[in-house]
Amino acid sequence: MVLPVVVVLAVLVGYPLGRGIYLSLTDANEANVGRTIGVNHIPSTYEFVGLDNYWKVLSGQEGHFYGRLGWTVVWTAACVFLHYAIGLGLALLLNRRMRFRALYRVLLILPWAVPAFVATFSWRLMFNEKYGVLNAMLEKLGVGAVDWLGDSTLQKMSAVAVNVWLGVPFMMVAILGGLQSIPAELHEAAEMDGASPWQRFRHVTLPGLRPVSGTVILLGTIWTFNMFQVIYLLIGQGASSESEILVTYSYRLAFQGIRDYAGSATYGILILSLLLVFAVFYRRLLARQEEAR
Amino acid sequence: MTRKARARGERSRGASVALHATLVVASLVSLFPVLFIVFVSLRGRDGWQEPTRFSGFGFGNYSHIFHETKFLTWFGNSVIVALGATVVGVLIAATAGYAVSRLRFPGSRPLMWTFLVVQMFPMAVLIVPLYNILGQLKLLDSYGGLILTYCSISVPFCAWMLKGYFDSIPAEIDEAGRVDGLTPFGTFWRLILPLARPGLAVTGFYSFITAWGEVAFASQFMSSEEHYTLAVGLQTFVGQQKAEWGLMTAAAVLITVPAGLAFFFAQRHLVAGLTAGGTKG
Repeated sequence: MVLPVVVVLAVLVGYPLGRGIYLSLTDANEANVGRTIGVNHIPSTYEFVGLDNYWKVLSGQEGHFYGRLGWTVVWTAACVFLHYAIGLGLALLLNRRMRFRALYRVLLILPWAVPAFVATFSWRLMFNEKYGVLNAMLEKLGVGAVDWLGDSTLQKMSAVAVNVWLGVPFMMVAILGGLQSIPAELHEAAEMDGASPWQRFRHVTLPGLRPVSGTVILLGTIWTFNMFQVIYLLIGQGASSESEILVTYSYRLAFQGIRDYAGSATYGILILSLLLVFAVFYRRLLARQEEAR
Repeated sequence: MTRKARARGERSRGASVALHATLVVASLVSLFPVLFIVFVSLRGRDGWQEPTRFSGFGFGNYSHIFHETKFLTWFGNSVIVALGATVVGVLIAATAGYAVSRLRFPGSRPLMWTFLVVQMFPMAVLIVPLYNILGQLKLLDSYGGLILTYCSISVPFCAWMLKGYFDSIPAEIDEAGRVDGLTPFGTFWRLILPLARPGLAVTGFYSFITAWGEVAFASQFMSSEEHYTLAVGLQTFVGQQKAEWGLMTAAAVLITVPAGLAFFFAQRHLVAGLTAGGTKG
């Protein structure tokens, strides 16, 4: 029964990955890749160039790799931190007995139901310099208009805001589930022993959440690192901009101008390697924490 | 945010006010963009240029996108692709998750790892080779091609979650099924799947939302306007030169409704499904 998934993975992931690695070792682009125009088939003429592409990228000759990597890391760290912190805060609040709890929960989960591209377009409208509602509000407060999507620092902050808005509900729901799986007796026992709320939070709640947190932070990091739509649709698809992360840059390489398949594949493989290294270290870290307990 | 002591059952007045105030503010933040889009969509073609005026309401944008754009075609395409990807993807993921959960076979642990690693594949690695493969298979610009692509995105995560879910169903149920003369597949199909309904709901929801909102693959693979999905079609409203935000917002509202519905049906199961899958991965 495992066969279908193995086949699917092999065909749709294994093969493309293999081909991606191969492409990254060639100088393939739109001009020299085999294609069929009408009835004529033009054979491929691209050549194997070894690690040349990697050298070009890693030595910084092409595409400002390190600058972009830096921003991608900042973007991921900022988003995941805010996702987790806000998600945890809201989950803690929602976990209490109170009126309107069900209502709050539905309202707070709402952004999750909005497809990312719809949300991104909506935010782009709200950020609009001339006609955006955010600037209209600022003007009412007597502050001048802000060019949210023009300046690169503001662009970055806007992108983080949109992504945080989109991602918090997932974290909140997952953490809420984790909170509910912590036995109430543990809290009661700690309270009997005279633990302060902060102590209870540190020594009962956080350790109880560890399995959930470990998983969602890992997944969140992977997803955010590869988050395509928010950056691509919010900031636009035009000329190269500083706010592009590695994934969107690699996409543009492959599908804009002279399609640079090899360069794009190289970036792709580098992204994958970075994430793999991160995941391995992260798992080690978790395992070590587990032992230390 | 205050984290006041929760004296059993009671809460001071101040803490109560702070708690509700925080939640109300958070709800407003989460609600505002959605309401704002609904608001703009009802304000006519150019209403978006005066975002703070409360007048000029009407359904002009909606009737325009229905009558003069290919919105309905795109909508249909998105439905076909998203539903197809959900059904195919969840089926594959369920069989795989079940196999990993119950059967001991060589490579079952690495397989779980593979599922996780696949999450890390940036589509940038996959998109060019997949483009070439689908081209060779003559599946570019077709529903089948896009459905297959989306399965490759959602199956690993779904299988991973469902494995955790199947783990929480006692193995005795399988044994009972076998004793009653069911085949392994029969046990899976008739006993385990119905029990795993919450998990299936969550993964189905996840696949649907992923496919419904995907942009990168759809933009490249669906080249003819007849086959655009909503994510691609919507971009034509807000091009670089001229932005039809009025139309865009009306379309956005209509796109969110099915996603919201799917969400509404899945949300009761979300917490249970996520935690079962998430914690035991």
